Amino acid sequence: MDLTFSERETAFRDELRAWLAANPPSPEPTDGGEGAHYAWRRDWQRALYDGGWAAPGWPVEYGGRGASLTESAIYFEEIGRARVPLPANVLGLLLGGPTLMVWGTEEQKDRFLPPILSADEIWCQGFSEPDAGSDLASLKTRAVRDGDGWVVTGQKVWTSGAQYSKWCMLVARTDGEAAKHKGLTYFLMDMEQEAVQVRPLRQITGEAEFNELFIEEARIPDECVVGGVGNGWKVALTTLMNERAGLGFALQVRLRQLLDDLFDAAAARGLLDDPLVADRLADLHVRTEQIRLLAWKGLTDIERYGQPGPEGSLVKWLWSDTNQRLTQLAADVVGPEALTAGTRWSYELLRARGNSIEGGTTEVLKNIVAERVLGLPRLKAVA
Amino acid sequence: MDFGLTDDQRDIQRTARELLASRATPERVREHAEAGRWDEALWKELGELGWPGIAVADEHGGQGLGAVELAILCEELGRSVAPVPFLPTVLAATLIEHAGSDEQRGRWLGGLASGELSGAAGDAPELIHGGAGAGVIVVVDGADARLVEGGEAEPAASIDPTRPAARVDQADPTGEPLPGDVAAAADRALVAVAAELVGICERGLEMTVAYVKDRKQFGTPVGAYQAVSHRCAQMLLDTEGARAAVSYAAWAADADPERLPEAAAMAKAAASDAGRDVTAAAIQLHGGIGFTWEADVHWLFKRAQLDAALLGGASAHRARLAQLAAARAAA
Repeated sequence: MDLTFSERETAFRDELRAWLAANPPSPEPTDGGEGAHYAWRRDWQRALYDGGWAAPGWPVEYGGRGASLTESAIYFEEIGRARVPLPANVLGLLLGGPTLMVWGTEEQKDRFLPPILSADEIWCQGFSEPDAGSDLASLKTRAVRDGDGWVVTGQKVWTSGAQYSKWCMLVARTDGEAAKHKGLTYFLMDMEQEAVQVRPLRQITGEAEFNELFIEEARIPDECVVGGVGNGWKVALTTLMNERAGLGFALQVRLRQLLDDLFDAAAARGLLDDPLVADRLADLHVRTEQIRLLAWKGLTDIERYGQPGPEGSLVKWLWSDTNQRLTQLAADVVGPEALTAGTRWSYELLRARGNSIEGGTTEVLKNIVAERVLGLPRLKAVA
Repeated sequence: MDFGLTDDQRDIQRTARELLASRATPERVREHAEAGRWDEALWKELGELGWPGIAVADEHGGQGLGAVELAILCEELGRSVAPVPFLPTVLAATLIEHAGSDEQRGRWLGGLASGELSGAAGDAPELIHGGAGAGVIVVVDGADARLVEGGEAEPAASIDPTRPAARVDQADPTGEPLPGDVAAAADRALVAVAAELVGICERGLEMTVAYVKDRKQFGTPVGAYQAVSHRCAQMLLDTEGARAAVSYAAWAADADPERLPEAAAMAKAAASDAGRDVTAAAIQLHGGIGFTWEADVHWLFKRAQLDAALLGGASAHRARLAQLAAARAAA
């Protein structure tokens, strides 16, 4: 057991830390709405790109630094520590690019990877549908052969960043006769066509991070099939596994910052002397540290044994639960401010409710832990 | 960064698990618990293997290994609930080694490290777990501690007969004080207690998973019902969360003692809560059989209750963590 960084890792961290200190993003826009905010994050990614820091985990041949898993985790820890935003094209960088590196043809890699990195082409993820959430493989969006391409019709939901995106990672059914996991194909769909309509989905915070996609006979050429026709489920799993691995670190660091801020808020109000508040804060501190340790443990297990242990699901579950507890305690600590529309703590309080739903509900994570880690039998579905 | 054990540490773990699986069988644990006595033969064997002195320095007759190796053994003994005074003895040895005088170290550590003597330590003089038959008892009182010779203690009965207890006279604290940094020594002791709790949790979860896979109601293994399987998942989360905190604390004790106070408080807070919750869930998920003496789940619950309170419970350690955080914020 050695919980320190190697010399190489420390050098990587110091170089990044120095770069972030010397190249801070421009001030966050206070007006202009979500569009202005997104443009700001896009500019930030371009700055990271120019500095060689957009995707250090990508191989050197694709414009990354060939950073190890540990170094990639350090990257997200430092992004969080510096309190700068994630790059705008986070889904392309963390999900789309790595999926193409595994399943894409050489032509696809040459065509699609560079503009992901430079933020010239933003990516979104078209997996979930109104009737296919946790049961993703039951999705109904259909792609039908037409000449040397495909015609796609259907509906997607929870598509973040769709209004800014050029490409959508789309999973659609290409064989209605095959078993439900077998008839799927993974496409890259051009969002810039009339047949694709994006409608913002207003969430409980009042803003619209997510969208609905209405797809009416959209066209996708053959060269935008990833991983072969009928192989969509396997390709999608690659995307989903990358989702758990990379983002976890960024989330863990954000939680730590929020907790530090809550400690400060409690101290400023003299509430650290209140044993009930102190106990709840300390409990959150323990949980936050457990998340950090479990995230690192999961990652070092992958490096050492080549496969993740149970930590991935545990980290996501514990993170969402802890963030919800934290924002709820904040409502007690800061009082009316947390209930005032437009304040940071009110936003966090409301936004946190999504944490235990997005990226795998807590109920599904518990099923995964029970079935795949503990080996418990699966309850047969009601017919 | 690496959370894995070294090959040597893995060997220690495997050897311990195999030995205890054959020696501390449920039948043998129950037999000794019902008689209210230690398993002397097993304790003698562990002493010959050098286990009690694993983290005691060579110069005092130990093996001179670290807190990580000690935590491995504590976890394995926790799993087995073996009726041997292992944890009580290593707690006493840890406190004496790290807070005692040269004279106290010279007098006690050799015997404790070899297992010729057993020891015990606790912060509740009226109920010192493992104090029965102990050669020396360390009574911790906040940042102070005193040594009491075992002959001055009287037998006491705790809820856990796998760890026979003793009572030390509180009205007449005749023991000699430990002159060193008791708080720092106690942090090392906390890691050992927390490690035993992790082993208890692990075993409770294993027994429960095996049971709910096997037990059928309404024609289905009860473990297929999500009310049951999700509670098992919670047991795993609690166990792994506590394990991560204990690993970190054991590493800090060996490699980065400045981080130990916070790491030890986190480990004990997490493991105390996990120990209580996981073993309570183990009884619940065993259903009616879990409430019977024969099911053996209760030994884990009882041991967890003792350890959860020992040297400060979860609330006490969270209060410490809040103070540490406040001090850091003020700095």
